[in-house]
Amino acid sequence: MKAKGSILVVDDEEIVRDSLARWLEEDGYQVDTAPDGQAALAKLAAQAYAILLVDLKMPGIDGLQVLAQARTLQPDAAIIIMTAYATVDTAVQAMKQGAYDYLVKPFEPEELSLMVGKLTNTQALRRENVLLRKALKRQCEFKDLVSKSPKMEAVFELARTAAKSNSTVLILGGSGTGKELLARAIHAESLRREGPFVGVSCAALTESLLESELFGHEKGAFTGAVGSARGKFEIAAGGTLFLDEIGDISPKLQLDLLRVLDAREFRRVGGSQVIKTDARIIAATNRDLKKLVDSGSFREDLYYRLNVIPVTLPPLRERKEDIPLLAEHFLAQFRTEMRKPLESLSGEALEMLMAYDWPGNVRELRNVLERGAVLARGPILTPLGLELGPPTLPPGAPTDTPDSLREVERRHIEVTLKQHNWNITRAAKALGIDRVTLYNKIKRYQIREDE
Amino acid sequence: MAGEGTILLEWMGEAPMEGDLLERVRQQVETTFAIPTRVAAVNGSPADSLDPRRGQHSSTRILRWILTTLPPGVAKVLGITDVDLCIPVLTFVFGEAQVDGPAAVVSTARLRLTYDGRPASARLVEARLLKECLHELGHTFGLVHCPDVTCVMSRSNSVLDVDQKRAGFCRDCRQRLRALTEERDDP
Repeated sequence: MKAKGSILVVDDEEIVRDSLARWLEEDGYQVDTAPDGQAALAKLAAQAYAILLVDLKMPGIDGLQVLAQARTLQPDAAIIIMTAYATVDTAVQAMKQGAYDYLVKPFEPEELSLMVGKLTNTQALRRENVLLRKALKRQCEFKDLVSKSPKMEAVFELARTAAKSNSTVLILGGSGTGKELLARAIHAESLRREGPFVGVSCAALTESLLESELFGHEKGAFTGAVGSARGKFEIAAGGTLFLDEIGDISPKLQLDLLRVLDAREFRRVGGSQVIKTDARIIAATNRDLKKLVDSGSFREDLYYRLNVIPVTLPPLRERKEDIPLLAEHFLAQFRTEMRKPLESLSGEALEMLMAYDWPGNVRELRNVLERGAVLARGPILTPLGLELGPPTLPPGAPTDTPDSLREVERRHIEVTLKQHNWNITRAAKALGIDRVTLYNKIKRYQIREDE
Repeated sequence: MAGEGTILLEWMGEAPMEGDLLERVRQQVETTFAIPTRVAAVNGSPADSLDPRRGQHSSTRILRWILTTLPPGVAKVLGITDVDLCIPVLTFVFGEAQVDGPAAVVSTARLRLTYDGRPASARLVEARLLKECLHELGHTFGLVHCPDVTCVMSRSNSVLDVDQKRAGFCRDCRQRLRALTEERDDP
């Protein structure tokens, strides 16, 4: 029959060790004994035990010292201290040092049975809990991305499959949805993980700077090019090149990029030597590339070259069930980074986060929580420290559901305009309509900016 | 469930041996284990088993003494005593056995009392003694405690626990006992 678990009995009296060992063996435990603290520590260093029964008073290394060492050597083992009446105070001290419990000798057989039985059950449950948590974590995480929403699980699944290939991946999603994190995760899961991950934000640079950034340049290629430099395509050799905000590149660069993707070779700016590239391309954008193609501002051939494996990251408002999980994930990060005893959000705070629309997506959630964590005075984050963006409903607006579709549209436009500080271009983009349409609607609904 | 040798029920109490009681227990033990079983009174007793401070005897020391006086041809010896037994860290024990070993000891002292300390009837004492004998001998055959509280191999921490269980093994323990004895007969 399989033994239930192993117990180490530490006592300087041989008769105690022998009798207690036999008593526990009758229960089906595997029992080991040690005559003193020294021998106990040697055994603890060599073998794992579920439970330690340790006599408090022993010559040399006493029970408290064994307890202290055991907490380091085997933090999962439960320690029961055995003591005589005269040393109950010390046993209480032992409890404070992390002993599971103590027994005053001689104790009732029932007391020992119950304590050991309860401990064994607790340990079994704890082991089960750890296994379940691990399984759940695997299910909810893809590298640094956390989610339990079916939409995101489908994204993770697709990304895992994509990671195994060398094909170009196009990541679509609003700002703050985690496009770069997903790109990094795909890289980390791929066979190229040992190679470099090189990221470029295409919107941040002018056309000529971006060209030089991507392809490198030779000395004297342009004013200020005092030496030659490698471009991101060269640096990313054997690894992954992440082209963020690909929807913002100029027509000339679109053509250059198309050539590189086709021929897998390029020339540095001002150079004549053809350089081969094997970098894997992951592109991302928060813009609707298909619409850009339709309007003629993005090359169709490049679109199809990039759109080999498209992955769309849903906005946070479409996966609100992830908010508690993400909050826990970020709080755990801040707990370590800030060394603050942050535990959780209050119910009210979580309700508030769940009610919000998150135009800035996961990044906005992280920023809100970071601010809350910095300001938090205790382990629980309350609504006081959490400052959300503009309210989802204008002040004074009725909170009941509006009746007509027109009213819903009017309110939604009003809210979106406020969120973007009445920046028409950005609000129109967020609403998925063009500026003229938005102006017409503002006029029709007579929406006015607050004083 | 044959096995070599016999089971010896050894009376080692301070009072004279109760022949009738032990004979009835012997018959049941023999039937249960299907091994020839006999009763004998012991000569001598362990000198160091009494703890004068507690007025109880150490079951472990008695067990050690039994092991030094094992008669030849005997597979299992169960010492039966009327003194109260204990081990140093526990207030009392009903008995003690070597799991998968040749010896065990059991005491009638607490079996003779009801839960509130009054004398128990002769029939109740006999039933309890039989259960504890089967229990300790079960250990010597390699069985450990059973979670089924009605099985004779369940742990008894009080006479109430003893009264709750049957004078027999549950199906699992019976199967395990058969497997263990077959393993021994045919290693």
